[in-house]
Amino acid sequence: MYDCRMNDTKRRNSLSIALVGSGGAGVVTVGNLLLEAAAVDGSYGLMRRSAGPQIRGGESAALLHFADVPVECAGDYYDLLIALDWRHAERFLDEIPLTACSCVLYDPAAGDLPAPVVHTDARLVPVAMQRLAKEIKFGRANMIALGLVSSITGLKLDTLCETVSGALSAKGEDVVTGACACIARGAKLGQSLDIELSIPTAQPGAEARWTITGNQACGLGALKGGVRFVAGYPITPASEMLEWLAGRLPRTGGCLIQAEDELASVNMILGASYGGVPAMTVTSGPGLALMTEGIGLAIASETPIVVIDVMRGGPSTGIPTKSEQTDLNIALYGMHGEAPHVVVAPVSIPDSVFTVRWAVNLAESLQTAVIVLSDQLLAQSRMVANRPPDVGFVPRRVTGQAGVENYRRYALSGDGVSAMAIPGTTGMNYTADGLEHDERGTPSTGSQDHLQQLEKRAAKLTGFDYGDHWADVEGDGTIAVVTWGSCTGAVKEAIRRAGEHGVPVRLIALRLLAPLSTRYLEQALEGVTRLLVVEQTFSRQLYHYLRSQLDLPQCTGTLARPGPLPLAPGEVTERLLAEAC
Amino acid sequence: MNPLPGNLQPKDFKSDVKPVWCPGCGDFGVLNALTKALASLKLPPEQVALISGIGCSSRMPAYTSVYGFHGIHGRALAVGAGLKAARPDIHVVVTGGDGDGFSIGGNHFLHACRRNMDMTYIVMDNEVYGMTKGQASPTTAPDWTASEFTPSGTHARAFQPAAIALAAGATFIARAFSGQPNTLAQMIVMAMQHPGFAFIQVLSPCPTFRPEQKDWKKIVRPFAVDDLPTSDPAQAALHCQRDDGMSTGVIYVEARPVWRRSKAQEMTVEDIEQEFQL
Repeated sequence: MYDCRMNDTKRRNSLSIALVGSGGAGVVTVGNLLLEAAAVDGSYGLMRRSAGPQIRGGESAALLHFADVPVECAGDYYDLLIALDWRHAERFLDEIPLTACSCVLYDPAAGDLPAPVVHTDARLVPVAMQRLAKEIKFGRANMIALGLVSSITGLKLDTLCETVSGALSAKGEDVVTGACACIARGAKLGQSLDIELSIPTAQPGAEARWTITGNQACGLGALKGGVRFVAGYPITPASEMLEWLAGRLPRTGGCLIQAEDELASVNMILGASYGGVPAMTVTSGPGLALMTEGIGLAIASETPIVVIDVMRGGPSTGIPTKSEQTDLNIALYGMHGEAPHVVVAPVSIPDSVFTVRWAVNLAESLQTAVIVLSDQLLAQSRMVANRPPDVGFVPRRVTGQAGVENYRRYALSGDGVSAMAIPGTTGMNYTADGLEHDERGTPSTGSQDHLQQLEKRAAKLTGFDYGDHWADVEGDGTIAVVTWGSCTGAVKEAIRRAGEHGVPVRLIALRLLAPLSTRYLEQALEGVTRLLVVEQTFSRQLYHYLRSQLDLPQCTGTLARPGPLPLAPGEVTERLLAEAC
Repeated sequence: MNPLPGNLQPKDFKSDVKPVWCPGCGDFGVLNALTKALASLKLPPEQVALISGIGCSSRMPAYTSVYGFHGIHGRALAVGAGLKAARPDIHVVVTGGDGDGFSIGGNHFLHACRRNMDMTYIVMDNEVYGMTKGQASPTTAPDWTASEFTPSGTHARAFQPAAIALAAGATFIARAFSGQPNTLAQMIVMAMQHPGFAFIQVLSPCPTFRPEQKDWKKIVRPFAVDDLPTSDPAQAALHCQRDDGMSTGVIYVEARPVWRRSKAQEMTVEDIEQEFQL
């Protein structure tokens, strides 16, 4: 049985808070304000959103984790749960594990406590948030809750009110005044509750810090990488990236189109890229499925494109609002025919800036399709992070210069990359083709042309030097973990804890999934006697993929679980400390 | 040395690739008309891009000397829209057939019409899938039973390209016959000069799978009305609905604002990322 008091020494200086309420109750607003105010006070934090499928009025939760170092994963348990109401609580309570050390603040007017909460032995504290809010002009229960948290955790009231004023200013002075009065009322009440928790803060004067979501970080990476055309179709959980880009692309001289569907999206970016403008589309699993034929066209016609897939639970409509890593197989194998392309994945929210920027560079350099696999957990979580390092690339699309005699668009070159003339260039006119073609681009069914072009398209990817970016490799020891995407955060924390138990573990967080850098991976696994493959899938997609590409240590185990529950660091640590494979 | 664009002849807009089309295919006439139009517009070939999907008529780009993109089935309008949005300086012409444009690509057709980007769309309509050897297309009459795929006919009303383009918001709508390449060339010139989305339905016979279409040359005639082209959609709709689909001419021309990229005050990416700063 887990003992929360005993385990405290093993936990880093951290605090987890969950805010729940039906949609419209404003828990996400409170979460954002709390994250920002704590950040101003010097804390690092991560806020995950858990939402139901309802447009309005469904359940929603803001799940916050604070520490004195950047937080890249959820905690194992929540120290504080504040419930504005319990509507549809049964749908998400398993995402908010509580212990006997947890404290639950709830509004007695909002109905009976759900049985799972009562069974945790957590301390239960009724607070009449709705009634208190009604006593204040323009008062809202969520702001009472914010006040409670501030006094319980020692958050500075000035900072909080400043943050709230800034965030709510557009709603008018009355709303701001009401909110601040509620916060003060909640704070006063909080002092009388005898609950002491503290939001850890870092030493001031450290690096510049950002608050950013994974969706925003991907969008920024695209802008930095030089993407100036985006077409997309609304889809959860990727729409926010498109909306963020829509407001910013025109400011950089670019253009975004809301297309009629995903088929149009991918073909529009092909047209833009053919015109010489680095282009990208953004979607989620169902959209990726629709785009696969277009991605094949990018590969065959050697037109650079970037496709970001923000993964969610599947198949079919699946679980649109929750995370999973189950699009790995379609990203690797979705195209018909033999269609070599690149698949990359960010290993954290701030890394999304780099990974997408890199993806643009790879697409442009290799004149092929690059699929970026983000996921809902990265995309819709907001993180207080150190400003990501600026790693630039030289734009590298090889274009044809005017006046080349006898131009051959698909010429067989040493490295497989051939000059791509851009419309407008005199004397280089050619037809890009999804039909198999000869070096000039003329359609061909000849066996020699097919073989040569297959070899060309494969060689340019396998011969390319992807450098150190293929994975984040850390630590040593004879135990290793291979993981990817949003699982990386939980694995890193698990490895830190294993280290405290005297068990060193190597981390290999793959950023380049295809083509897999098998040589580097084999080097990274040298001396490893026990390997754990960690992923958020049911059928162990990553494990099977790795096995198809290289020989893994005999003692290789998997920790694979589908969504929607994110992986907790504790369960990874448990596996690392166990003797078994 | 390339001749100056002004001196280019229609043949200069043709490539040396031999078409896959059958003898007597209407698409030869469209190729001739298109190259005539490009020569008469005196456009530098590198400023023109010909975009297509899949089908007999979609083979067009490889037979011309302008820039071309031969994509996948049904998606040519999307490729064309992306190119035009990213490169407004390029003259975009999209070509294809009735199956490519109205069946698998039907959704893009509707949205290209309403988006009104400055581009020209030429559909060679032969009421049959030729490349896959003779199946019914969206414009095939419901009682056509010559296909093994639909031995008792399609039981589906034929698609009305001009009427649907009108309803969807195209701002230039015309119908032509491939057997009259000079008239068609003039129409393509008008379409390419029209600011906005210009749609030309070209009746282009398939002698192989629809041999009866050889008689089209006896049937087609100009619209027998004196108020076309019109800018009144109701009037245009009336003529489209009353017609048997074999009358030719420019039907509808409307001056409507052309799709434009949104403009915003310029910022650097470094400026933009300041929003994340705590």
